[in-house]
Amino acid sequence: MFTLIAQNWTVLLDGLVMTLIVSGAALLTGCPLGLLLAEAGLSGQRFAGGFARAYGSFWRGTPILVQLLIVFYLPSSFGLAFAPIVAAILALSLNTAAFQAEIYRAGLQAIPKGEIEAARLLGLTRWQILFRIEAPQAFRMVLPALVGEALALVKNSSLVSVIAVTEITRRAQQIASATFRPLEAYSAALLAYLAIAAVLAGAGLLLERRLSRGGRS
Amino acid sequence: MTLLAPEHAVLFAKAFAVTVSVTAAGLVLAVTLALPVALALRSGRMALVLPARLWVELMRGAPLVMLLFLAYYGGPSVGIVLSAPAAGVLGLGLYGAGYFAEIWRLGLDAVPKGEIEAARILGLTRDQTLFHVQIPRALRLVLPPATGQAINLLKESAVLSVITVPELTKTAGEVSNLTFSAVVPYLTAAFLYWVAVEALARSGRAAERRMASVARD
Repeated sequence: MFTLIAQNWTVLLDGLVMTLIVSGAALLTGCPLGLLLAEAGLSGQRFAGGFARAYGSFWRGTPILVQLLIVFYLPSSFGLAFAPIVAAILALSLNTAAFQAEIYRAGLQAIPKGEIEAARLLGLTRWQILFRIEAPQAFRMVLPALVGEALALVKNSSLVSVIAVTEITRRAQQIASATFRPLEAYSAALLAYLAIAAVLAGAGLLLERRLSRGGRS
Repeated sequence: MTLLAPEHAVLFAKAFAVTVSVTAAGLVLAVTLALPVALALRSGRMALVLPARLWVELMRGAPLVMLLFLAYYGGPSVGIVLSAPAAGVLGLGLYGAGYFAEIWRLGLDAVPKGEIEAARILGLTRDQTLFHVQIPRALRLVLPPATGQAINLLKESAVLSVITVPELTKTAGEVSNLTFSAVVPYLTAAFLYWVAVEALARSGRAAERRMASVARD
């Protein structure tokens, strides 16, 4: 296995970078979308609330692989085409938005009503309250859940290999078929995923400690 | 776009049955394997805790598709040749066990100490206490997270399509090749997954209600 890694480490590294780009981009795009969905779900308005529920029901109730294939193939029936990487990031973003919305909803509900009323009295607009008062506090509360979602996203990003995005899994497949050594190639890829998981967990703990030291701002 | 032809509807019905059976088999395997892992995690003995913890972290950090590739394509290099559905069920079971072990552990931890002491004083052996008191009590407590995890496994079973198990996602791909239209088959698959997920979620809630209405024994 070590000789295989030594011979192909640039290819694997390439895949690792692509995995990080795809899941990182999806995590960041999913964040504002998830916040808006959470806000819509809590708004009590019929249309916005209904939309948020329907959105969550589809994106949380169906497999991400199927969602990815729908996002990838749907434009083609209108004569359009997405590059695989665009479809990959789009599908993962829309999926994580639904899961992040659930996380933010729990966080937003935990913010004392008095703070929001105070902000409104001080003349802040709805959006200012959402992005300046609610979001930062909710973010701190939901950080552990968010780290979990980031990890899920990295794992889910392995599926974009089926639409030929050259992330870790796809690279491992290429190495496996070029060398006829699938066991070693996939073990190397597995190690790469475990390394990302370990780094994410560690970074989450560090960030949590940092934020809790800062106290409530 | 054309609607689903009757011969394709038959394919989907068969594929749905495959999805349900591989998920059910994977679920049974996962829940069963998870129990000894959870007991090892709670044993307090390093020789047991360490391997159990390693398994849990490995399964939670690795994408299912990697485990399936290792079992299905990597297995033959070490003399383990499995059929695609067998590798799929094994993969789902091992993967799910990592998550169910934590659920079992939390459930067993939540059983009040007094009940265990009472059982021991009444003359039940350690094993009797475990099987007749702790596990039945934990079962009730773990029902909500276990339902959520069962839904996750059902959705993850879509990944079995990449190792050619003829389940819903794989069949959607085949039908899309036959009809030259990808959107209808994948939307059909998504709808069927959604129905199965809803059914699982509802029966989970119904079981919770029934257990709650049964007087505490």
